[in-house]
Amino acid sequence: MIAAADPKQARIVADFPILAKPTSRGRRLVYLDSAASSQKPRAVIDALVHYYENDNANIHRGVYELAARATDQFEAARAKVARFVNAAHTEEIVWTRNTTEAINLVSFSWGLANLGPGDAILTTQLEHHSNLVPWQLLAAKTGAVLRFIPADANGVLVLDGLDDLLDGVKLVAMTHVSNTIGSIAPLATIVPRAHAAGAVVLVDAAQSVPHMPVDVQALDVDFLAASGHKMCGPTGIGFLYGKRALLDAMPPFLTGGDMIKRVSYEHTTFNELPWKFEAGTSNIADAIALGTAVDYLSAVGMDWIRAHELALTSYALERLRTLEARGLAVYGPPRAEDRAGVISLNLGDIHAHDLASILDVEGVCVRAGHHCTMPLMEKMGWPATARASFYLYNTEEDVDALILALEKAADVFRLA
Amino acid sequence: MDDFYKEYILDHYRNPRNFGHLERADVAAEDLNPLCGDTIRIELALDDQGRVEDVKFSGKGCAISQASCSMLTESVKGMKLEDVARLSQEAVLENVGIGISPTRMKCAMLGLKVLKSAALGEIASWPDAAS
Repeated sequence: MIAAADPKQARIVADFPILAKPTSRGRRLVYLDSAASSQKPRAVIDALVHYYENDNANIHRGVYELAARATDQFEAARAKVARFVNAAHTEEIVWTRNTTEAINLVSFSWGLANLGPGDAILTTQLEHHSNLVPWQLLAAKTGAVLRFIPADANGVLVLDGLDDLLDGVKLVAMTHVSNTIGSIAPLATIVPRAHAAGAVVLVDAAQSVPHMPVDVQALDVDFLAASGHKMCGPTGIGFLYGKRALLDAMPPFLTGGDMIKRVSYEHTTFNELPWKFEAGTSNIADAIALGTAVDYLSAVGMDWIRAHELALTSYALERLRTLEARGLAVYGPPRAEDRAGVISLNLGDIHAHDLASILDVEGVCVRAGHHCTMPLMEKMGWPATARASFYLYNTEEDVDALILALEKAADVFRLA
Repeated sequence: MDDFYKEYILDHYRNPRNFGHLERADVAAEDLNPLCGDTIRIELALDDQGRVEDVKFSGKGCAISQASCSMLTESVKGMKLEDVARLSQEAVLENVGIGISPTRMKCAMLGLKVLKSAALGEIASWPDAAS
């Protein structure tokens, strides 16, 4: 049910205007880089224009109708996101620029207030730099130590020593889905054990929230961070989910206007949740359009999207086997069920950058490089990989185009 | 762009010239292209006239960065260090002999950047059109 001829699939593809635009070489655009940033459906693009043409004003301040309308839509979008991840309370959703800023918020606010010498932060060997560098800096500032859950050669976390690793840990900060190899972390196993050890759990959900149903209460995570632009929303808007009791107890991160309740020349009392963490005029239009993106994804169905990407990934892994004879290496868990729609690969002695350039000529967009996971690449001994990633608008035809382009690359490089 | 991968480019990629390290280097530099992780180190030995007597490069990366660096090393032997420092990106492109797309310009210019850094004794900026 994933060919472009499928009516639901055809409607979805038609919802994304950019997919109908040919490349400069006249090729059909085959967009396989949604793990970096997704394309946007017409509804989201229209929401941005509609806001600026009809409802634009600053929020939380104006007494006039226009400002009230902007505020209502801004807060309604927050409620949509809260429902989307099944947060217990709308004020548990804090707008940020992106996942990175959400993680930094926790690092600077919760981290500096709660960590000290002798404490430990536990993360994994799979992390994106955005969920590693903040903890390195926090450890340096507080005297805490940083530990890593190891990953095996397929990028699957090894939990054998988890209880030892959790000893003395105050924070577990880990990715839900690896952006480099797509492996899905066993949160259901790790989170209860982290809590039993007395740790707070932060999940980098940049690669999971767009692609599968994510329920923060079922997962029982304490913090969860995601980016709007990877889930059909605009760039520049993302969110942090945090359990209310934790957010309540945390000091502010950025300070200034909008996050205050009362200010004198000497002293300030802070606003309530979630506005305590939203200093300055927020990214109003993009937050509202992210609400539209969430509506769009919900209408398609997150279960459908996960099933669709699983089917595409299975199909791609199967088709890729034909290239094994020419030196194809596919990284990550062998079974499609154990990964999101992300396939990292190398072909013979072709450097991933050269591979991506040749694929680009064919209209096939893939990411090449270290995927902001330099330590993982070094551990695995990969100088770089090419990464194809799928989303709801990709089809079997896109996979076929990828295979053809890889064969072309093998020819260009005279691989046997 | 696929026209880029001509036989001689692939030959330089798979059999890089002047690859390795010098026993005695007078100047050296290394750098990486953070976009793709390509790394290059270049070592130069000078004669008593200040001319490049020998050159070696090492590193890893894409065919464009490695082949263009390999070709670059072939062209600098006998050059005065001050002339090495003045090498232009046009010279590299002429050397390589094929069109490079804007997104790959940094790959093609990494060797030049490192070579000029070695000659200048400080990190050179990316050549103009490559920035």
